[in-house]
Amino acid sequence: MSGPVDWRRLHPLSPVVRAGRATIGLVVVLAPSALVGRTSSSSLPELGFVGVLAALGFVSWLVTRWRIDGDDLQIETGLIRRQSLRFPLSQVQAIDIVRPGLARVVRVAELRLRMAGTTGGTARLAYLPEREAEPLRAQLLALAHGTAEQRDAHDDEREVVLASVAPVRLAVSILLSDIGFFSVGILVGLGLAAVFAPRVAAAILGGGAVPIVGSATLLWRRFNQEYRLTLAEASDGLRVRSGLIALTSETIRPGRVQAVRMVEPFIWRRFGWCRLEVDVAGRQRRKGEGEAQRRPLRAVLPVGSRELAFGLLRRLVPDVPAAELRPPPRVRWKSPLRYRFLAWGRSDRCVVTRTGRIRRVTVWVPLAKAQSLRRVQGPLQRRLGLASVHLDTAGRNVHATLRDRDVAEADRALGDLVGLCRAARRGPP
Amino acid sequence: MIGTDQDWRRPSPRLLTARRLEVGVVTALAAVACGLVGGLSSALAGGVAAAAALVAGGLAEVFVRRRVRAWSYAERDEDLLVRRGVLFSRLSVVPYGRMQFIDVTAGPVERSFGLATVRLHTAAASSDARIPGLVRAEADRLRDRLAELGEAQAQGL
Repeated sequence: MSGPVDWRRLHPLSPVVRAGRATIGLVVVLAPSALVGRTSSSSLPELGFVGVLAALGFVSWLVTRWRIDGDDLQIETGLIRRQSLRFPLSQVQAIDIVRPGLARVVRVAELRLRMAGTTGGTARLAYLPEREAEPLRAQLLALAHGTAEQRDAHDDEREVVLASVAPVRLAVSILLSDIGFFSVGILVGLGLAAVFAPRVAAAILGGGAVPIVGSATLLWRRFNQEYRLTLAEASDGLRVRSGLIALTSETIRPGRVQAVRMVEPFIWRRFGWCRLEVDVAGRQRRKGEGEAQRRPLRAVLPVGSRELAFGLLRRLVPDVPAAELRPPPRVRWKSPLRYRFLAWGRSDRCVVTRTGRIRRVTVWVPLAKAQSLRRVQGPLQRRLGLASVHLDTAGRNVHATLRDRDVAEADRALGDLVGLCRAARRGPP
Repeated sequence: MIGTDQDWRRPSPRLLTARRLEVGVVTALAAVACGLVGGLSSALAGGVAAAAALVAGGLAEVFVRRRVRAWSYAERDEDLLVRRGVLFSRLSVVPYGRMQFIDVTAGPVERSFGLATVRLHTAAASSDARIPGLVRAEADRLRDRLAELGEAQAQGL
C-alpha cells in the first residue's frame, strides 16, 4: 500500500463552479453595468458584494484539501468548523464523474464516491482538473479492489460497448412513457383549448400550472440525464456515460448490484421496449437532501428491446430466473388491477418478482444481497388465505415482494429463501 | 412453516402491565375530559361521553393485550426470528451476519418497570426487528449475544 501522500487542493475555480447557477445569474445581472463601464457610486455596493463573495469562495478553497492515506480517502474542509472526513475505499459502491454545464466550460470535473450503508454518505471531490479525474478514479477503484499496483492507462481504455441509445429514440421513448404520455396529452389539450376557448385555457393554466411545469421538468431532467447514454464493460466494472448539459460517467463495480428493475410502461409494451435500472447500496432517501442524492435510480438502459435488456441482465445478476409462478385466482378480490402481471420466480441465487398494471415492473434481487426476509399477512389476506414475503435490500428504493401468495406457498418460499440466502452469502460471489 | 420447532421467547409479562397502565391513564384522562365537556350541556351528555371514552379504553385494552401476546422471538443458529402484529402479522428473519448495529432503548414507562427494547438494524431501512419489553438483564444478554454472533458471521455488502 502506498503510504501517506501529500495533501492536495482542489481546482482554484471550484467555488465559482459550485456556486453554479448563482454565478451565471450574477454575471447576467452585473454584465450590463460592467459593459457600460461607468463606475458611479451606485455600482459600488454591487462591487463590494461580489468582492465579499469572491473572498469567501477563495477562503473555502484555501481550507479544503484531500489526500489518499493508505486505504482511506481523507478530506479536510471548513475554516471555523473544521471537518476531517475519512472514507474507507473498501466500502466504495460506485465512483461517478460528474461535469455540470459550467464545469465543462472551465474544464473541471467532480468525483463522487458512493459509500455503503445507511449512514454512509457520499465523498465529493469538487472540482478537479478534467484530465486528473479519470486517472484518479482508476487509482481509487484499484485501491478499492485491493490491488494497489497501478495499471497502465491502456488497460483501462479497453472496454466493450454493450449498448448505446440514439437521442431521437430516447426522446420518443420518453414522450411515450406513462408520465410523458399524460404530459403530452395535457399539453395538446391545452393547445386545442387555447385555440378554441382561450379563457378556459387560461383558467386551466392558472389552476394547474404547477403540476404541468413539474411534469415537464421531470421529462426534461430525464432527457438531459440520459442523453447519449453509453454502457460499456471495462476491467473494473460496467461504465455508464451520459448527459446533455451535465455529463456523468459512472462505474458500477461487479457484485455491487443490489437489485435490477425493469420498467415497461403501457405503450412501450406494444413495441417490446423496456427500461433497465440498477440499484446500488447507498443512503436511503431522506428529507432535505440535495437534488443530486435524491435522483432516481440509475438507468443502464433508458430504452431498448427486451432481448437487449435480458442480455444485460445476465451480466448484472447471477442465474437469472423467469417470473412464472402465478398467484391463485382468488387474488383478484384483493388486488384486482395488479393481478394481471403478478408473478414471481426464483433460481438458486436470484429472485424475480413482477407487478404493476399500467407500468409493468419486474425486479431481480440476487439472494446474496438480501438483508432480511419478512412474511407479512394483512386482515384481508388472512380472510383469503394469502400472505406476502418481502426481501429487504440495502438499495435505495427497490425491494422484491412476493405479493399475495397462498399461505402454504409463502411459508414454503420463506423457508427455502432463508436457506438459499444463507448459501448464497457463503458461496462464491 | 419456518420456526415451528423453535422455542419462542416472549417479552416480559411486565410489558403487559406497563401497556395496561398507559392505556388506563389515557382512558381515565379522556373520560374525565369527555365528561366535563359533555357536562357543559347536560349531565346526561356528560355521562354518555365519559362512558364512551371508557368503552374505547376497554377496546384499547383488548387490542394491547393481543398485541403484546403476539410478540415473540426465537434465536436460531444463524438468524433471529421476530414475530409480531395482530391485524398485520409479521415474521421477520434477520441473519446475524447482516446486522449493522443493535440498539437498546428504554422509555420512561419502560424504565420504571425495569424493561428495555432491543432493536436490530441491517443495511436495509425496511428491515424491522424490534423486541420491546425485555427485562433489563435479558435485553443485555440478547444484545451481547447478537453482537458476538454478528461479529462472527459478519458479511460484506
